[in-house]
Amino acid sequence: MKLRHRLLVHFCLLLAAVAYLGPFLWMISTSLKKESQAVQMPPQWIPHPLQLHNYVRVFNSPAFDMSLYARNTLIIALLVTLGSVLSSSLVAYSLAKMQWRGRNVIFGIVLASMMIPFPVLMVPLYRIFREFGWIGTNLPLWVPAFFGAPFFIFLLRQFYLTIPKELSEAAIMDGCTHFGIWWRIMLPLTRPALAVVGLFSFMAAWNNFLGPLVYLTHQSTFTLPLALQFYQSRSGGTTYNLLMAASVIVITPILILFFLAQKTFVRGIATTGLK
Amino acid sequence: MKPRKARINWRSQLMGMLLAGPYLLGLLVFLLLPLAMSLYYSFCSYNMLQPPLWVGWMNYRHLLHDHVFWRSLVNTLIYAAISLPFTLSLSVLLAVLLNTPLKSQAIYRTIIFLPCLVPLVATALIWQWLFNSDVGLIDYALRGPLHLVGGALAWLARLFGALPSTVVTLQNLQPPVWLGEPRWAMAALILMSFWGIGQTVVIFLAGLQDIPKDLYEAAEMDGIGAAGRFFHVTLPMLSPVIFFNLIMGIIGSWQIFDVPYVMTNGGPGRSTTFYTMYLFDNAFTNLRMGPASAMAWIQLFIILFFTAISFMTAKKWVHYA
Repeated sequence: MKLRHRLLVHFCLLLAAVAYLGPFLWMISTSLKKESQAVQMPPQWIPHPLQLHNYVRVFNSPAFDMSLYARNTLIIALLVTLGSVLSSSLVAYSLAKMQWRGRNVIFGIVLASMMIPFPVLMVPLYRIFREFGWIGTNLPLWVPAFFGAPFFIFLLRQFYLTIPKELSEAAIMDGCTHFGIWWRIMLPLTRPALAVVGLFSFMAAWNNFLGPLVYLTHQSTFTLPLALQFYQSRSGGTTYNLLMAASVIVITPILILFFLAQKTFVRGIATTGLK
Repeated sequence: MKPRKARINWRSQLMGMLLAGPYLLGLLVFLLLPLAMSLYYSFCSYNMLQPPLWVGWMNYRHLLHDHVFWRSLVNTLIYAAISLPFTLSLSVLLAVLLNTPLKSQAIYRTIIFLPCLVPLVATALIWQWLFNSDVGLIDYALRGPLHLVGGALAWLARLFGALPSTVVTLQNLQPPVWLGEPRWAMAALILMSFWGIGQTVVIFLAGLQDIPKDLYEAAEMDGIGAAGRFFHVTLPMLSPVIFFNLIMGIIGSWQIFDVPYVMTNGGPGRSTTFYTMYLFDNAFTNLRMGPASAMAWIQLFIILFFTAISFMTAKKWVHYA
């Protein structure tokens, strides 16, 4: 590539990087300011003095028990991850590797149901979960994950199809059951794909807002996104320094997870769009 | 031989269904049953406290005359119609830029991807603060340029003998009260949608890397320039991925909820009330499950309709290699 072109590309990307990173930096900057500093014009990018105390205030705020909400969210996200990985891969194995009548119909339903968004079902689901006595608990948020998620079933089925048939046939000859093949051969073999499923379901559960908004009724069961919104509506939306500090706290775990699993992430997104 | 074969089939049939069991059960309880219930409720008056009462087509008829329903439908359509073409184009552009061989690409890619990791509630709060009037960063950034442009326009207006009031208005050109004016609130939400395109960009990036290099080499040998290569090689080869992202975008825009709920709560007026927000309001604020269920079914048909249209036109512009 010519130097002129290279410089042009660099310039465009630098511009984009500033635009995409800017809001993050502004959030962090605001979170370290006093209220009077936050509304000061012209704006200060590097606060002086640094108001680290905001984070202490958010953590100790009576309306916002951060550690409790973090624990609530983590429990739900971990259960959702476990549920989607186990059930989606088991179902995907059955659809990809076992011979039974109707499996193609079921796969068609899997594909079709990917198009049905949650809002369409939320009224009857609320009714069903109320019948179970689950409203106000975190059960509606993670139990369904143990019954397979269409998108992940689809993803893993495509993945299992690429694994040679001889492998499972040999195992059957040796007297292995299908459940055994799935547990002992398929799960270890497809670890990268499972990591993608796990990561995506963890993220989706961690960031979920509408679900908790519908099902959770007591403040002590709130998840982080719900608590953040609650905190905002409580504070009247004026104390942006504290709101930004709370946002930083909510975002940080996800960013850490991303940097730990960056490769899995990118590979996962790449495959979801192309298969 | 025959009965024995049948027995083996029956056995694997049972095993197959057993392993698929979680999904089959979930399908029944969390999908088919809710779909049937919601269809039934859409013909009922129902508030969750008393048993549902059959009212026929009344919910649908009322929705036809409900201006908030139409407003939420139109808002969602406007948002999708403006935001989707722009975000898709920008995503392709960024993906092409990120696909050039530079050493610092990994950093750029990470930066552009980061925003879509942020929970939407936090995204909404960050942008609410950025769009704040008076002390918001965007407001501050616009003041200088607007002052210059306004001054120049005022000078021109005076030259052409405009009314003094027009000149004064131009001289005092101010940034909009983003979230306080109906049109600008929608514009703010559309602008924000550019921030969260990282996932789409990564999908395009993967698509770009799948395009065979020799196509570009052949085009270059034929003396086709960079722009020609983009329009005659990159875009056609990328069209299946563009199609995929278009479908996802259409489905996604009917689910928009978190950001406007937190940022504008549908206001000012009803200018940013999106379809799902009004459905939610009907169901859980007003406890009117009948209209909410009718909206859910209308939503299903709308998604189906747009997806069908995309698939029908796809033959004309999607190129499957």
